[in-house]
Amino acid sequence: MRLPRTTTTLATLATAALALTACGGGSSAGTGSAPVADKPTFAAGSTMAKIAASGKLRVGTKFDQPGFGLKGLSGAPEGFDVEIAKIIGGAMGVKADAIEYVEAPSKVREEVIETDKVDLVAATYTINDKRKERISFAGPYYVAGQQLMVASDNTTITKPEDLKTNPDAKVCSVTGSTPSEQIGEYLASPSQLVLFDGYDKCANSLRTGQVQVVTTDNVILLGFVAESDGKFKLVGEQFTEEPYGIGVKKGDVAFCEFINTTLKNNVEAYKAAWSSTAGKVEGAEAPTLPQAAPCT
Amino acid sequence: MSAITDNLDLYWNGFLRSLGLGLWGLVGSLLLGTLVAIFRVSPVAPLRALGTAWVTVVRNCPLTVVLFFFAFGLPEIGINADFYWFGLAALIVYTSAFVCEALRSGINAVPAGQAEAARAIGLAFTQTLTQVILPQAFRTSVPPVGSVLIAMLKNSAVVGAFGVGRDIFSVGERLTSAQGYAALPVVTGVAIAYLLITLPAGALLGALERKVAILR
Repeated sequence: MRLPRTTTTLATLATAALALTACGGGSSAGTGSAPVADKPTFAAGSTMAKIAASGKLRVGTKFDQPGFGLKGLSGAPEGFDVEIAKIIGGAMGVKADAIEYVEAPSKVREEVIETDKVDLVAATYTINDKRKERISFAGPYYVAGQQLMVASDNTTITKPEDLKTNPDAKVCSVTGSTPSEQIGEYLASPSQLVLFDGYDKCANSLRTGQVQVVTTDNVILLGFVAESDGKFKLVGEQFTEEPYGIGVKKGDVAFCEFINTTLKNNVEAYKAAWSSTAGKVEGAEAPTLPQAAPCT
Repeated sequence: MSAITDNLDLYWNGFLRSLGLGLWGLVGSLLLGTLVAIFRVSPVAPLRALGTAWVTVVRNCPLTVVLFFFAFGLPEIGINADFYWFGLAALIVYTSAFVCEALRSGINAVPAGQAEAARAIGLAFTQTLTQVILPQAFRTSVPPVGSVLIAMLKNSAVVGAFGVGRDIFSVGERLTSAQGYAALPVVTGVAIAYLLITLPAGALLGALERKVAILR
């Protein structure tokens, strides 16, 4: 089996590249299962061609987000975002250990793309219009939703609407996070919101009774519920949709479309990526790859 | 600069919150610091020991550790309060040690003859302290106490991260992280807001220093 030499469209190219690896033995189980394409070719001058030629992919991700991007003792970040980056890198012939990770906490995610410190950012990066002014998003590859976590013996708060009728209940979230903005409309007053620099502090304050509610994306909360020995529970429905996208340089439509096609053609690796990372938490529902938004 | 002009209301509220923290902290740490300084120079040995212990422990802990003890330690033993009061209390406790030492330098600068003369005319310890020593000590220690207080105004940025929130520094975080503004203009705005607090404070202290200067 050979790769077609004539460039038709990027989509067929990517498909062919992936089909090739699928024939070539498939993927191993566990983490790092993303198939790696063998010498794929791309339109000259494209971002993919540059990355494929260098054999290196620079990825911005979080180092402190359990299940998505957490840098542990092994020294390399682990999580769903990291696995997604491996799938994309693999389609360009970049091996998992040739991916270079750059820490991209929320406040510098646009900056690392704009200043060309990374090729892409996969860092629980919610797609929104404000961010689209500075960068472009591929994906979404996952849709999270905001939920509430309370102490197990709490019966007064069962849904976001209960926060207005219980103005004494303090709600904890993280400074500068999207959930901390979106909970605003459910609060009786701004002083009901308590902000920390990490969710572990929120969980700790929930345990000691300093706050009554912790709110953020469901997958993050599930991690705390699993660790809490039955002290915490989730209540209410997911009341927002947080589509996680992959940040790329603004206007790089070809790269964006390539990423979307790659994910679409790699559903198996996508599922494996989930179940080996964020999906390990009890109660986490396995996602199906969402319909990609058009690239701009 | 649209990052600042678009969010003037946020900046203004953050400014007021930081200013409030700073002013309460200023009043609190001056009172507590003076009390600890009195302990440290008092003739009662247990009070002296208490004052010395206070300064030794508090002055040698980083502010974040003191904040941690208040925000996460006290709830652990069942003391729950608003994070705002925990943060403010920690700021006051932390600053009081430095205020105490700056004041003590002022007290030590008052010639011993003053205290001896006060005792000679029959003033009690409290009278000697409040009528003779402290008024002179306060005057001498305006510059060092002023520096401590300005440092405290800026330390309120650290307090914001311990569940207090909505101070000017947190506003900057919010604008850059959640709303995606570029960091540089936002942080410039934060710096300007702090300067709007600390520069007038510095000018006030300078004026105060000139007004109460002792002519020797």
